[in-house]
Amino acid sequence: MQDERDVLLGLYRQMVLIRRFEEAAAKAYSQGKIGGFLHLYIGQEGCAVGALAALEKRDYVVTTYRDHAQALIRGTSARACMAELFGKVTGCSKGLGGSMHFFDADNHMLGGYGIVGGHVPIAAGAAFASKYRGDGAVAVCFFGEGSATIGAFSEALGLAALWKLPIVFICENNEYSMGTPLERSLAVADVSQKAVSVGMERDRFRCTDVLEVRDRVAVAVKRAREKNEPTLIEALTYRYRGHSMSDPGKYRTQDEIDERKKLDPILHAEGALRAKGVSDDELAKVNASVEAEVEDCVKFADESAEPDESLIEAFNYA
Amino acid sequence: MRVMVESRMRELRYREALREAMAEEMERDERVFIMGEEVGHYQGAYKVTEGLLARFGAKRVIDTPIAEEGFAGIAIGAAMVGLRPIVEFMTWNFSAVAFDQILSNAAKLRQMSGGQFTVPIVFRGPNGAAKQTAAQHSHAMETFYAQIPGIKVVVPATVADAKAFMKAAIRDDNPVLVLEDERLYGTKGEVPDGDHVEPFGVAAVRRAGEDVTLATWGKMLLPCLEAAEQLAKSGGPSCEIVDLRTLRPLDHHTVVESVRKTGRLVVVHEAWPYGGPGAELVDRVQREAFDALDAPVLRCTGRDAAMPYNKKLEDMTIPDAKTVLAAVRAVMAY
Ligand SMILES: Cc1ncc(C[n+]2csc(CCOP(=O)(O)OP(=O)(O)O)c2C)c(N)n1
Repeated sequence: MQDERDVLLGLYRQMVLIRRFEEAAAKAYSQGKIGGFLHLYIGQEGCAVGALAALEKRDYVVTTYRDHAQALIRGTSARACMAELFGKVTGCSKGLGGSMHFFDADNHMLGGYGIVGGHVPIAAGAAFASKYRGDGAVAVCFFGEGSATIGAFSEALGLAALWKLPIVFICENNEYSMGTPLERSLAVADVSQKAVSVGMERDRFRCTDVLEVRDRVAVAVKRAREKNEPTLIEALTYRYRGHSMSDPGKYRTQDEIDERKKLDPILHAEGALRAKGVSDDELAKVNASVEAEVEDCVKFADESAEPDESLIEAFNYA
Repeated sequence: MRVMVESRMRELRYREALREAMAEEMERDERVFIMGEEVGHYQGAYKVTEGLLARFGAKRVIDTPIAEEGFAGIAIGAAMVGLRPIVEFMTWNFSAVAFDQILSNAAKLRQMSGGQFTVPIVFRGPNGAAKQTAAQHSHAMETFYAQIPGIKVVVPATVADAKAFMKAAIRDDNPVLVLEDERLYGTKGEVPDGDHVEPFGVAAVRRAGEDVTLATWGKMLLPCLEAAEQLAKSGGPSCEIVDLRTLRPLDHHTVVESVRKTGRLVVVHEAWPYGGPGAELVDRVQREAFDALDAPVLRCTGRDAAMPYNKKLEDMTIPDAKTVLAAVRAVMAY
C-alpha cells in the first residue's frame, strides 16, 4: 500500500496540473489559438481529483463541457488535451470536439457534453450496461447545479433508482449557473434533496479536502459496485473564473471570491502535505515537473497538424 | 390612421433593434412579457435584453432556471389563456429540449381544439453556427421548424427587418419563431422611426441583377452580397439576390418572378442539404418556372455533417462567398 503521504502528493500534483494547464489554456485563448467556448475548472479541482481517486480503471466517467480536469485525471495526456483545445488532429477528439467535447475511450472517459443535463441519462446508460454485463464497473456522472432543474436529470435520477443502477451522480454546486445563483434556480438550498423523492441515497460535502472527497465518494462507489445502489452527491465548490472566457462574472463580488479562495483545495493540500513532513523542496519539485509538462503540451499542440478536410464527413457513420 | 410624414432613419445594431421592438411592444401591451435564461439580471447572454429588467421589472422580465421544456410549456399555457409571452432560448440549439412543447402543443392547440384556443407566443434567440462552438452548439434549427404547420418562422437578415418582424411576431396571434444570429447581433443598419411592422411571407430583393438569382435567408445574405460584389467587379455574371425573410409562410413568388428574368437559381443556406426550406423552394420553383429555367437549380448549403470544432474545417462546412461563387459558376456553366 502506498502511504497516505504519497497518495496525497499524487493528488496534489493532479490538482496543480489542472490549474496550470488551464492557466496556459486561458493564455492561448487570449492569443487566439483556442476558439469557441472555454470553461475553466479552476477552483473546483478538489472535486474531480478526489472523486476520481475513488475509481478503478474499469469505471466510467461522464461530464459536462467543463471537462478538462476529468480527462487529465483519467489519463488523457496533457498533450492530447491541449492539442484538442488547439483544434489539432493529435487532440483527444482529433480536433473535432474542442474544449467542450473531450473523449477518451481507452480511459473510459465517455465525454464532455454541451447540452445542460443531456449527458446525465448517458451516464446512467453506461451503468445500465455494466449491470447488464455484470462486470462490476461503476459510472460517475458530473454536472453543475444548473442541471438539477432540467428534465433529463430528473428522469435519469428516477430510472437509476428504480432500476438500481451502479452510478454515482455528482452535482458540482459551484453556486452559480452562468450568472444565476442557486436561489434563483431552485426553491430549496440543498440540491441533494432531489434524491429523497426517488428513494436514493445522498451525501453532501465541501471539496476543500481532496482526501475527504475521495473517501466520501468511495462510500458511494462501494454502494454502487456491491449493491447496485445509486447515490446523489452534492459537492460544494466554487469556480474562480467566469462561466466561460467570455463571461466577466460581474454578478459576484471580489470579496466573495477572496472568501471562497480561503477554501482552495490546492492550498489545503499544501498545508496537509507540510503537516505530513513534505518539504518545500519536494513541493517545488512537483510544481516544476507540472510546469514542464504544461510547457511541453503547449509546444506539442502548437506544432501538431490540423485535421484534414476528409475528417468533416469521415465519422458520420460507423 | 397612418400619417405620412417623411420617415426618419436611425442607425442601430441588430441586437438593439430587437430590444427596441420588444420594449415598444411591452409599453403598448401589458400582456407581453419576456422569459428565459439570463434575460434579466445578467442582461441577456448576448445582451439583447439589456436594460429591460430595470425598465419593466421582474414581473415582466423573468429569469428562468435551465428548464427549457418547463418554461416553454408554461409560456404556452399562459398564452392559451390570454398572455403574450416572448420566450428567449439562449440559443436555438437548446430549443431541442423544448421541441415537444413547440411541436405537440404550440403548433397543434388551435387545430386540435377546433379553433377554440390560440397561442400568441414568440420564441426567439440566436440560431446557427457561432464561432467554433462545435457539434452540439451550431445547429441551423430553422430547417426543422419550417416543416411544422401551425407556426410561423422568421429569419431576419437586416437590422430593419429584425425590428419590424419582431414587432409583427409579438402582435401575431400565432406561435412565431424568430431565429436571429449571433454573428448578426453586432451589425449596423438603418431603421425607420415609428411603428413599422412587416408582413410575413413577403421576400425582399436585396440586389437587382440579370444573369442568376441567389435566394437565401438570415446570415447567408452576407456571403451572397459579397460574392455578387466580387462578380460585379470582375465583370462576371450579374446576380439578383432575394432574401426570403420568412420561411413559413414562404414567398416563392418573388423568386419565381426573379427566375423568369434570370433563368438561373442558386439557393444558399447554412442548414444541412437534406430537405428543409431550401429544398421546398426548389420544388416550388421548378414547378412554377420550369419553362423559364436555363439550368437545373443548384443549392449551396452547409455540409452534410456535424459541425467540427477546428476553425479551418468549420469554415469549410459553412457556405461563404467562395462557395457561393463556385455555385454561381457551376449554374452559369450549363
Ligand atoms: C439545455 C441547455 N440550456 C442552456 C445552455 C446554456 N448554458 C451552458 S452552461 C449553462 C450554465 C450551467 O451551469 P451549471 O449547471 O451550474 O454548471 P457550471 O457551468 O457552473 O459548471 C448554461 C445556461 C445549455 N448548454 N444547455
